[in-house]
Amino acid sequence: MSSRSALIRRVLLVAALAVLAVPFAVPTIWMVAASIKPLPEIFKAPPSLWTEHPTLAAYGEAFTFQPFARQYVNSVYIAVLVTLITLLVSSMAGYAFARIRFPGANALFLVVLTGLLVPSEVTIVPLFQVFKRAGLINTHWPLILVTAFGAPCVLASFIMRQFFIALPAELEEAGRLDGLGRPGIWWRICLPLARPALSAVAILTFLASWNLYLEPTVYLTSPELFTLPQALTRFTDAYGADMWNTQLAAATMTVLPVLIVFVIAQRQFVEGLAHSGLK
Amino acid sequence: MATLTTTPDSDRAPVEARSVPDPSFWTTRRRDVLTGYLFVAPQLAGVLVFVLIPVGLAIWYSLNKWNVFTGKQVFVGADHYAALASDPQLPSVLLATVVFSGGVVVLNITLGLLIAVLLNRQFRGATFFRTLFFSPVVVSVVAWTLVWGFLLQDNGGINGLLHAIGVDGPNWLQHGDTAMLSVIVSQVVRSVGVNMVLFLAALQGVPSELYEAARIDGAGSRSIFARITLPLISPTVLLTAIITVVGALQSFAQIAVLTGGGPELSTTVLVYYVFQQAFEFNDIGYGSTLALMLLSFVMVLTLLQWQLRRKWVFHEQ
Repeated sequence: MSSRSALIRRVLLVAALAVLAVPFAVPTIWMVAASIKPLPEIFKAPPSLWTEHPTLAAYGEAFTFQPFARQYVNSVYIAVLVTLITLLVSSMAGYAFARIRFPGANALFLVVLTGLLVPSEVTIVPLFQVFKRAGLINTHWPLILVTAFGAPCVLASFIMRQFFIALPAELEEAGRLDGLGRPGIWWRICLPLARPALSAVAILTFLASWNLYLEPTVYLTSPELFTLPQALTRFTDAYGADMWNTQLAAATMTVLPVLIVFVIAQRQFVEGLAHSGLK
Repeated sequence: MATLTTTPDSDRAPVEARSVPDPSFWTTRRRDVLTGYLFVAPQLAGVLVFVLIPVGLAIWYSLNKWNVFTGKQVFVGADHYAALASDPQLPSVLLATVVFSGGVVVLNITLGLLIAVLLNRQFRGATFFRTLFFSPVVVSVVAWTLVWGFLLQDNGGINGLLHAIGVDGPNWLQHGDTAMLSVIVSQVVRSVGVNMVLFLAALQGVPSELYEAARIDGAGSRSIFARITLPLISPTVLLTAIITVVGALQSFAQIAVLTGGGPELSTTVLVYYVFQQAFEFNDIGYGSTLALMLLSFVMVLTLLQWQLRRKWVFHEQ
């Protein structure tokens, strides 16, 4: 093959990828571009990403129209709390199922795995009644508990178990000779080695909680308790029309931090999220 | 208890000594067993409380009817299941579910394979494109869908671009067919990155000797793809396809934000219909029945996926 035809192939390849990339990149770019335009320019024809009069007014309005700062804090603290609980619960369960022999372990593991069979869109119907009886409607408890212990945590336990199974037994023997008990071996020896699996679980869980939409829609009614995805859909004026620039400014504020972290730590993200397609 | 203390090989402590554990009772093995149960207890309790008991409750609710005003429930047996057959909306909902899931899986697998094949070689920019194609996966579903809704407005960006090249675009979200197409495409673009990664891994697992041997035999790149690559990655493709369908069956936010199930019922898929019946019309009994229907679809597909995976993983070893 001549080097010239190789070059042509390469150019064609990059051109094909660039065309394919349009629907992946343009929505995010457009979101940011439109969020700094004055409202009358947003639907101007022909469409343009450029504006002569950039303004941050929509960003300010996002905070005055709704308790957006509060909603931001809600989303962050819920996601952090859920992630911490899941890391603890799943690393304990994953470790025990992988490394400790106890009667009934296999049967109990199968019970846990049923959590992967049942979508949260199904369990939310009866759980709503349960939380209503418990007086927990319009609180953050359902969002925290169901995510931290339910299906997302089961996937995490499964990932942790797969990781711990592969650890060489000699490491644990060494710990035992040093006088460590099981909890000590788990905490001092195995967890530090499990950093890749733990970061995969952390990313997976954080995003699962951060993106939750059905649960807050069902459980929360007060705007000051809303989480971000739910808040994003409430930027409508008195006639129910979308306040597009405010909505897009708010969306930008929820998307950009995650995208930036993703670009920095993309290897961990890709490895972590590929698990969600592996169950 | 007395019999236990006299068992010949027993190393148990006497009952009264329980508060101060006798080291001879707490052998390493027994400590291990106890630690095992304690370690799995939180996860097990979570599954019980938030998965298994709710499924049991859903079954019970599906057999009862609630009076919305008095809150009283009456046992109605299989009435709700009979109602499934006479629900005039259900055929349309199931059709929308099939069209949506089918559309998502076909487009997702095709696009995912195409991107993976294009990226499965060394060239400058490969990493950049991989990052780009994966990036919507980390964007919140609601934010992503909002932006697509904005671009799909009648006077929005997509029609603006179409107008610039002389095409008069439809009012995407106001017609059944184009609304369905819109939810499918926005869902696929957001999630195809995961499948791309799985396909890339599968492609890299194809032994390079096979390619070399085929090339020596004079095979062209198209027949190499059809005769070597595709057969070898087909297990991954099938497993991924099933997982993608399961994901599509659970796509609530995309539809709620982009179309609200409309226009009319055109994009009301089963998961959205469950939500409407249970939480908008407060019909807990019928909502639970529909939720169990959704559960049965997801369970069958997931169990099939596990079964196939076990079979293939076994063969590989």
